Amino acid sequence: MTDQKDRHKRTIDIVNASLKRRYARERRFKAMGLGAVILGLLFVSALFFDIFSKGYTAFVQTHIELEVYFDPAVIDPDGKRDLEEISRADFRKIARAPLVKLFPEVTGRRDKLALYSILSSGAPYQLLNMVKDDVAVIGQTLTIDLIADDDVDMLVKGHIDRHLPAADRRVNDTMIDWIDRLEQLGLVKKKFNTRFFTNGDSREPELAGIGGAAAGSFYTLLVTLALSFPIGVGAALYLEEFAPKNRWTDLIEVNINNLAAVPSIVFGLLGLAMFINLFGLPRSAPLVGGLVLTLMTLPTIIIASRAALKSVPPSIREAALGVGASKMQTVFHHVLPLAMPGMLTGTIIGMAQALGETAPLLMIGMVAFIVDIPGGPLDPSTVLPVQVYLWADSPERAFVERTSAAIIMLLLFLIAMNTFAVIMRRRFERRW
Amino acid sequence: MAVDQEENEMTTAETVAADPALSGARTRSERGSRALGSDFETVGEVRVGDPRMTCTDVNVYYGDKHAIKHVSLDIAQNQVVAMIGPSGCGKSTFLRCLNRMNDTIDICRVTGEIKLDDQDIYDKRLDVVPLRAQVGMVFQKPNPFPKSIYDNIAYGPRIHGLASNRTELDEIVENSLTKAGLWEEVKDRLDQPGTGLSGGQQQRLCIARTIAVEPEVILMDEPCSALDPIATAKVEELIDELRANYTIAIVTHSMQQAARVSQRTAYFHLGNLVEVGETTQIFTNPRHKLTEDYITGRFG
Repeated sequence: MTDQKDRHKRTIDIVNASLKRRYARERRFKAMGLGAVILGLLFVSALFFDIFSKGYTAFVQTHIELEVYFDPAVIDPDGKRDLEEISRADFRKIARAPLVKLFPEVTGRRDKLALYSILSSGAPYQLLNMVKDDVAVIGQTLTIDLIADDDVDMLVKGHIDRHLPAADRRVNDTMIDWIDRLEQLGLVKKKFNTRFFTNGDSREPELAGIGGAAAGSFYTLLVTLALSFPIGVGAALYLEEFAPKNRWTDLIEVNINNLAAVPSIVFGLLGLAMFINLFGLPRSAPLVGGLVLTLMTLPTIIIASRAALKSVPPSIREAALGVGASKMQTVFHHVLPLAMPGMLTGTIIGMAQALGETAPLLMIGMVAFIVDIPGGPLDPSTVLPVQVYLWADSPERAFVERTSAAIIMLLLFLIAMNTFAVIMRRRFERRW
Repeated sequence: MAVDQEENEMTTAETVAADPALSGARTRSERGSRALGSDFETVGEVRVGDPRMTCTDVNVYYGDKHAIKHVSLDIAQNQVVAMIGPSGCGKSTFLRCLNRMNDTIDICRVTGEIKLDDQDIYDKRLDVVPLRAQVGMVFQKPNPFPKSIYDNIAYGPRIHGLASNRTELDEIVENSLTKAGLWEEVKDRLDQPGTGLSGGQQQRLCIARTIAVEPEVILMDEPCSALDPIATAKVEELIDELRANYTIAIVTHSMQQAARVSQRTAYFHLGNLVEVGETTQIFTNPRHKLTEDYITGRFG
């Protein structure tokens, strides 16, 4: 009896002695995990802070409020109100006239040109569009907010340092003086930059927008989704449920996993050689981009879908087979619905990857400067990440904030897609 | 006599060892299992007068492993036959041969002949879908579909087209649930998920799902192993009632259960069918040493 008691005592002593060490190890492990998460969050927040602090100003645009007289003598001298005729009219004169009126002391040709450069080269088109919308404005005098030039925009937003020596800044003293006077008159306004969302690309930063790139991304992803989801899920279903397990299927599996790791630029080259050179599909088109991205996202979708299929408990298959369902019915009535959340998650992650992909699209010509907004998957276009790449390459100071703003939009799309993936998973997740 | 035949096949040493007076239980069972060669013959009458299913010289291999060795057994009409034996003895494997459930395992190979009403179910031309509609199965773990209670029952009739309209389907669902003794408990919540029921209810739901397709034979693979005694009692009661209309083969780990629900019992050991006979005979007067050791709880 005593012997047994002693032994019990010894065991508990040993356990107690090691307890401290065990808990210390647990605490260390927890601290390391927490540290890793905090570090990750720090980097992410630093990235977000940097991009947002640089980019948020692009969502407003400086406008100059001017009293514009739609002079019939300039716009429509013969009074026929013919829109084609009107389109050829010199709207620059109309836009510039109020400036001349505000600064009557500016007389020299050169000084006048400098004065006119306060307004964007897009300002005359702004007026033209107003006339096109409603010819009744001809002959009227209206107060209109005209788009300012990007340099003015930068100055007003404080991105150009006034205290630098005149030779080192893009805006000279006279211009600063004019802007200051306009500001004193309360004519300089910062308005929400809708053009940034609706316009295509432009050489002028104040006119450039992500509309074209977003449409391009949309069509590209549409093609990618329409192809990669059915093909990926089909391939996963076949490999997981129907294919015999032999050397060939092993080989296919190795190849699929390999494809997931192939550099994306290689897919771009493949797309260039296959779809454009061999099949003769149009360059720079979202269709080709979508095809290339399909090749790229297929491995992701197949791997995720197979994992989802594997995670369906065999008892469900047995239950279905047990009541006499055929293989096909078992798969489509029971296994597939249960695997669907996993498949959708994989697909959306693949789509998010495709949305952010740049390199392969450079190879198939989606890097071109395209002003028009694409109307379909066959029109030349670019995509959001390539737009970011293009703008990041541009020298104008105003493109810096636009680059950041485009990145913000891209991130928002990605966050939205990934949130959607999480919601879908939660919604369709079933317990058994 | 079967006993005599068997003992004639044993070596002298084993005959001596098999005598309970001469050695302990452990030694005897070890000797006994060694004696089960490929030429082993089952003790007891494997054939019955009115067989529903007839198995002749069935062998099952998992890759190189010989899991079922030369088993012949009849499953009689409107009877419950229980298959008992220690873990890994092949009783579940054998049961799964009866509706070709083993087809889903790639490395599994079955030889021999299994007939359902004179139709060889391993015939290459035979379609497993109607076979499984005829020979239903209830599994060890309750496995309702993650769908509503109604859809769980209606699934089989739907895919086989047993009901031509909604009223008929409703009827089948109600009948099946009533037969499974679950109707009163779930009639007000047919649209709720089957997975939300308790373990015992889930198993009865699975039984209802099986009988909804009106099979002729029902295979049950340890249907009560995940259930508490009360739920077990209900399922056993149900099995007894089902016997009137169906032929049932049940695998169980509980000898009491085998004794309670079955009319015939088959004892499996390491892939051999050691002994088969009337349940009362097996449990009161086993003829083979291994059977005796097992049912008296000396091993297994």
